[in-house]
Amino acid sequence: MRQPLFLARKSYRLRRLVDAARLLPFLGAFLFLLPVFWRDPASGQSRTAPAAVFLFIAWAGLIILSALIARRLARAESGDAAGPDDRKEQQG
Amino acid sequence: MSFNLLVIVCLLYVSLLFLVAFLADRRAEAGKGGWLRSPLVYTLSLSIYCTAWTFYGAVGYAVRSGLEFVTIYLGPTLVFAGWLWIVRKLVRIGRRERVTSIADLISARYGKSNLLGVVVTVIAVAASTPYIALQLQSVTLSVAVFASDQPPGWALPDSGATAAWVAAGLALFTILFGTRNLDADERHHGVVTAIALEAVVKLLALLAVGIFTVWTVADGWADIYQRIEASPVAEWPLQPGRWIGLTFVSAAAVLTLPRMFQVMVVENVDERHLTTAAWAFPAYLLLMSLFVLPIAVVGLEVLPPGANPDLFVLTLPLTEGRGDLALLAFLGGFSSATSMVIVAAIALATMVSNHVVVPLWLTLRPAGARDPGDVRGLVLLSRRFSIAAILGLGLLYYRLSGGSAALAAIGLIAFVGVTQILPAMIAGLFWRGATRVGAGLGLATGFLVWLYTLFLPSFGADGVLSADLMTNGPWGIGWLRPQALLGTATLDPLLHALFWSLGLNSLALVTGSLLSFPGPVERIQALTFVRVFEGDRARRGWSQGGADAEELLTLAQGILGADEALAFFQAEAAFQGKAGFLPDTTPDFIEALERRLAGAVGAATAHAMVAQFTGAATVSAEELMAVASEAQQIIEYSAEIEAKSAELARTARALGEANDKLRDLSVQKDAFLSQISHELRTPMTSIRAFSEILGDTDLPPDLRARYTGVIREEAVRLTRLLDDLLDLAVLENRKLQMNMKAGNLHDLISRAVEAASNTRPERQMVVRRDLGAEFLPVFTDTDRLVQVFINLISNARKYCDAPAPELKIRARRKGGRIIVDFIDNGAGIPKKDQSLIFEKFARLTDTAKAGGAGLGLAICREIMVNLGGSIAYLPGQGGAAFRVTLPVRPQGAAMPEAADGSAPTETLS
Repeated sequence: MRQPLFLARKSYRLRRLVDAARLLPFLGAFLFLLPVFWRDPASGQSRTAPAAVFLFIAWAGLIILSALIARRLARAESGDAAGPDDRKEQQG
Repeated sequence: MSFNLLVIVCLLYVSLLFLVAFLADRRAEAGKGGWLRSPLVYTLSLSIYCTAWTFYGAVGYAVRSGLEFVTIYLGPTLVFAGWLWIVRKLVRIGRRERVTSIADLISARYGKSNLLGVVVTVIAVAASTPYIALQLQSVTLSVAVFASDQPPGWALPDSGATAAWVAAGLALFTILFGTRNLDADERHHGVVTAIALEAVVKLLALLAVGIFTVWTVADGWADIYQRIEASPVAEWPLQPGRWIGLTFVSAAAVLTLPRMFQVMVVENVDERHLTTAAWAFPAYLLLMSLFVLPIAVVGLEVLPPGANPDLFVLTLPLTEGRGDLALLAFLGGFSSATSMVIVAAIALATMVSNHVVVPLWLTLRPAGARDPGDVRGLVLLSRRFSIAAILGLGLLYYRLSGGSAALAAIGLIAFVGVTQILPAMIAGLFWRGATRVGAGLGLATGFLVWLYTLFLPSFGADGVLSADLMTNGPWGIGWLRPQALLGTATLDPLLHALFWSLGLNSLALVTGSLLSFPGPVERIQALTFVRVFEGDRARRGWSQGGADAEELLTLAQGILGADEALAFFQAEAAFQGKAGFLPDTTPDFIEALERRLAGAVGAATAHAMVAQFTGAATVSAEELMAVASEAQQIIEYSAEIEAKSAELARTARALGEANDKLRDLSVQKDAFLSQISHELRTPMTSIRAFSEILGDTDLPPDLRARYTGVIREEAVRLTRLLDDLLDLAVLENRKLQMNMKAGNLHDLISRAVEAASNTRPERQMVVRRDLGAEFLPVFTDTDRLVQVFINLISNARKYCDAPAPELKIRARRKGGRIIVDFIDNGAGIPKKDQSLIFEKFARLTDTAKAGGAGLGLAICREIMVNLGGSIAYLPGQGGAAFRVTLPVRPQGAAMPEAADGSAPTETLS
């Protein structure tokens, strides 16, 4: 199917919102992996407490971001039913 | 805390669950879904991911492996954060194809192959049985904590009876509320609601214990931070390999665990709930793991060494003297265990009955018997027995394993087991080229490698595999050692198993898919699944013959129940525009029926059952497709030819008509010239003859007067003819001066009837008028209109050949036009002449009889065109009939102000 070259601002924003939602797990994976490689310079050991604090903050941040995007997507989708559906597979 | 109190509270809680499930089912049956179908309930039901393994085991895991326990919750978080990738597609497919279980999904995707369904069922049962045993063990252990006076250690209490009682109670609950209905569309509202309640209980319990630990036992987060730093828990190094591997396994498991698939896909009532679950479910997981590390750290400090860390959640409040909190924690753990077992039992029982029992029964029953009878009863019965059998199996496993090792180990083994379904699932969703052969090979390979490298060794040295085999490999072949395939001994056993099982699984899947050739049903299903968002379903190649609607109805009644089957057939018949209960067995209907049945017994079984009746089972699907495409080509080709020949015929007909008309016109033109010469010559001849006679001087005066009269009459006739010709010329050139006036149609008709009465005054003609309808205002050139009317009435007087001639005049207004019909009771005008009568000099009878030049109707037509209306011959009225149509208001030119001022002024605009 041929895709239009230019989109209305609203549809354009919606597509980027879907892109953001799809990229979210990659951001999450990056954040979740980070503390694994932390080592205490003094002892050369991994430190559990700061890693745990970082992980839970990153986790909560991801959830908040995900909620914001999902809510906006849900609103856009209930606004126009055909919205996020039709550009699905062609991008994926 | 007395043990009896615990038993009473426990029984009360169970009764509450039964009551909630019962009320929810009643509500749903009454059609009052309401909050039962809210995204909140959906999200809470997803929380069966958190079993007793989470509730008790996470703390134990943290004690043994530090922060690593969070990987089990990070994986699902990533999957749900990226719900647009996989979860959404799964749910859409599940709803559209009425998928009943994960085995049904794989079976339906790969050409409705029941063999694949069986393989997935085996994997699921093998991986879930220890998991169910684990839940029974956790309940037993936690009961034992209360039963014994001193805090228990590793020693199991001698209360195998507890596990048996719990298993029996769960079986009862599951059978009562899990097998009330068959169809995937009729969801288990009771079960789901009870599970949502349990989800709330377990979250609250864990949060309560956590808050108690952080702010009562310890001194807030800062203190906890210090304690973690100082604790042995912090000594566990984070290993990148295990970290990534476990996150991946848990991400895969949340998609492939049969119980997760059940709540996430099968029990989903609305796809939009995902937008809530996408963040709310990860938030639930975050809250569940928030206090795990504090409880582990504080538990290690407070409790005596050697206390079972898997029970810290329970023993920590007990030791601190908070029996009520411990009771709440017990209920939380109980909820976690029971909800998991209930859903897992439903999911597994559906798989076992749809993919093993029913197909077996279909194969084993006497050949030739097409009527399947009461399949519904059979399926329900087999599900009930399957539930009991699965719980029995879990109990047996628990007894045999004797509650081996730590809880977390069994959980991870099960996770890696169900992860073997992931390659077939992902390839099925995204790769059209994945075939049944590939999927089967991959699943079998993965399952066997998992058994060999992880599951069997988990029974411990000399459990199932001998210690010699473990250290030296089978038959002394070192590179086949279960935990060091090809010498990969440095890998952690779990990672080793994951690496090899998933690697070989995927390799087999890809190789098998690339080398095999999929059948037509497989390819259609592949397209349907991969392109589920593009809307169009691939068409299936069913033949129409052989399927009898009545037989199919019998089949459907056996599976869906009589009322529902009848309702479905009636709706389908109505959809086809038929009354009654038997629709035509079109491919569309067959497909809809098959999908409907698939919701109850799974795609493979439904396909096999319907195929028996449609006769497609005997003809291979390839042949059908070949025939269908050939027939399609022929149909298209012949339709094309037909269209072309029809167009040719139309053109030929139009040409013929034009030709006929041209020929007639040419004849008319010749006739017109001879006619006009004749018309002019006749009066001229008599004028010349009589004027010569008048030249004789001795003519008597009376004769002279007569001849002079004849000459004058002929001159008048000549003048009238010339007038008519001039009039026609003016009208045809549209140069007529219109004298627009307002008038009443009734007056105009009366004038015309009056004026026409001196045409053949000797003939008596009855004029029938509808006086009431005639009173219509007109704004037009009234004199010209009257001229038309006079002409029509005179014609009727002249030509109507009935013995008692009669003329009907009917006037009415329709839309913006006024219609006046003149209908006589004569012979009418033959069809072949109807198109000629408005031409000049078209006189149908001979001139003498008519006494006119044959210009009348031609003039009428031109007048009406000038007035913005029309005149036409009305065939089929039982006589000659003419219809005069004129607009209520003339369009175009601005109208002069009417003399009497009655013209509506707004028409000037």
